Amino acid sequence: MKRISLLAALALLGAQGAALAADPNLARNLAATCANCHGTNGNAVKGAGIDALAGVPKDKTLQKLADFKSGDKPASIMHQIAKGYTDEQLDLIAGYFAAQK
Amino acid sequence: MMLMKRRDFLKVGAAAGTMASLYGCAGGGKASGHVVVVGGGYGGATAAKYIRMWSEGGVQVTLIERNPTFISCPISNLVIGGSKTMEDITVSYEGLKNKWGVRVVQDEVVAVDAAKRTISLAKGGSMSYDRLVLSPGIDFMFGEIPALDNADAQAKILHAWKAGPQTVALRKQLEEMKDGGVYALSIPKAPYRCPPGPYERACLVADYFKKNKPKSKVVILDANEDVMSKKGLFTKAWSDLYKGILEYRPNSEVKDVDVANTTAILEFDKFKADVLNVIPPHRAGNIAAKSGLKLINNRWVDVDWLSMEVVGTPGVHVLGDAIFPAPTMPKSGHMANQHAKLASAAILNMLSGEAPSPTPVVMNTCYSYVDTKQAIHVTSVHQYDTATKTMQPVKGAGGVSAARNEMEGKIAMGWAKNIWADMLA
Repeated sequence: MKRISLLAALALLGAQGAALAADPNLARNLAATCANCHGTNGNAVKGAGIDALAGVPKDKTLQKLADFKSGDKPASIMHQIAKGYTDEQLDLIAGYFAAQK
Repeated sequence: MMLMKRRDFLKVGAAAGTMASLYGCAGGGKASGHVVVVGGGYGGATAAKYIRMWSEGGVQVTLIERNPTFISCPISNLVIGGSKTMEDITVSYEGLKNKWGVRVVQDEVVAVDAAKRTISLAKGGSMSYDRLVLSPGIDFMFGEIPALDNADAQAKILHAWKAGPQTVALRKQLEEMKDGGVYALSIPKAPYRCPPGPYERACLVADYFKKNKPKSKVVILDANEDVMSKKGLFTKAWSDLYKGILEYRPNSEVKDVDVANTTAILEFDKFKADVLNVIPPHRAGNIAAKSGLKLINNRWVDVDWLSMEVVGTPGVHVLGDAIFPAPTMPKSGHMANQHAKLASAAILNMLSGEAPSPTPVVMNTCYSYVDTKQAIHVTSVHQYDTATKTMQPVKGAGGVSAARNEMEGKIAMGWAKNIWADMLA
């Protein structure tokens, strides 16, 4: 699990990439900021009406987040929240949830 | 005490075995030691769970909480309005004990010796820690409203700003109030716990009056010069839904009360109500000052934002409403949960001899009901800024609802169910 997030971070080596990749827990920590609503490790409470993110393919989550960020996808709050994270952070978050069961 | 501890470590050791099977995919965490968490609310309960989960059972966690169950402040205004019950906002600590191997002790911490890294308990005995997490919430500065500074007065003029017996008692006062009566709600100067909470409460009491006691009135006595949160959305709800029922009075700080006459005493004026609900100014939970922690304005704990560790008191981390907030950061349960995750990650790094992450992020989402079905939200994201050494709100991110709506009323309950599970299940 940790190895996967480290690889995801390494794959991103951009301006901030080196700093991000240095911390193997960064993806985990960032994804935890979503857990209040989307459940611990993305396992949302069933029937509570909020999307589970665990096991969702990374590309799918990233596309949704990009659409929220650009305003292409209407939302109640995610269009406002997605703008608070960098693209690199969203990439780590989507990768982390994809690896969860 | 030693005996109890040894037995406890054995018990926790057994739970750690369960943990390994729950998180079999993860590699072994390096962190070990004993973390004591004081306060099982939104901050403390989250920290207890996340330290156990992220250390894969490697770190022992003791949670000390004076109440037998968790009772949520968010959603409690619906109990006051009559559409939810106490049962709906009460969650057990069994999940923390049984699933996560947290040792839950029902007691109260009376002293912290940060130099010796020990705490003392009200029921006697002491406990040592490697890292201490204090999530004490708030305590009221009753001295600011002199006539309220005794137990008899506090039983009559309620705050109901900590969910529990006062929530039930305020509901009872509203039920017993005659139709044609006046409910007055006093809001202290910011910062206070849950910025939109008082305005939500006013809406839900007005909704109850509208449906059940239509001749009654709600008056908000706000010490602040204006509505502190979601202003446009609240004022629109007041004029659309509660015209003639709800009145808002800014710059109306309650300086004292006349308990016998349920009258609020303002600087130049008095206001008599049938039900008087005074939220006094508050500060970090009393244990913070008693422990000698550095307070800003003698009220809020000064923390290092990379770890939530108290400035000047190594080994003690403070979460939630008790801290001096970063710019625009609200005192909310959601934010306390985020503080807890930041602190948990930092504590595990520190117990492993590593520095905390240099790039923490926290975010807030807060729903308020304007009637029993429709809600509005405010949200924000805060990233650590190395120049100012604090969390700064991300410009262009966050915001409020376009308009009140029933969908957000449903999502707000979904939020509650998910955050309670994120803390306690």
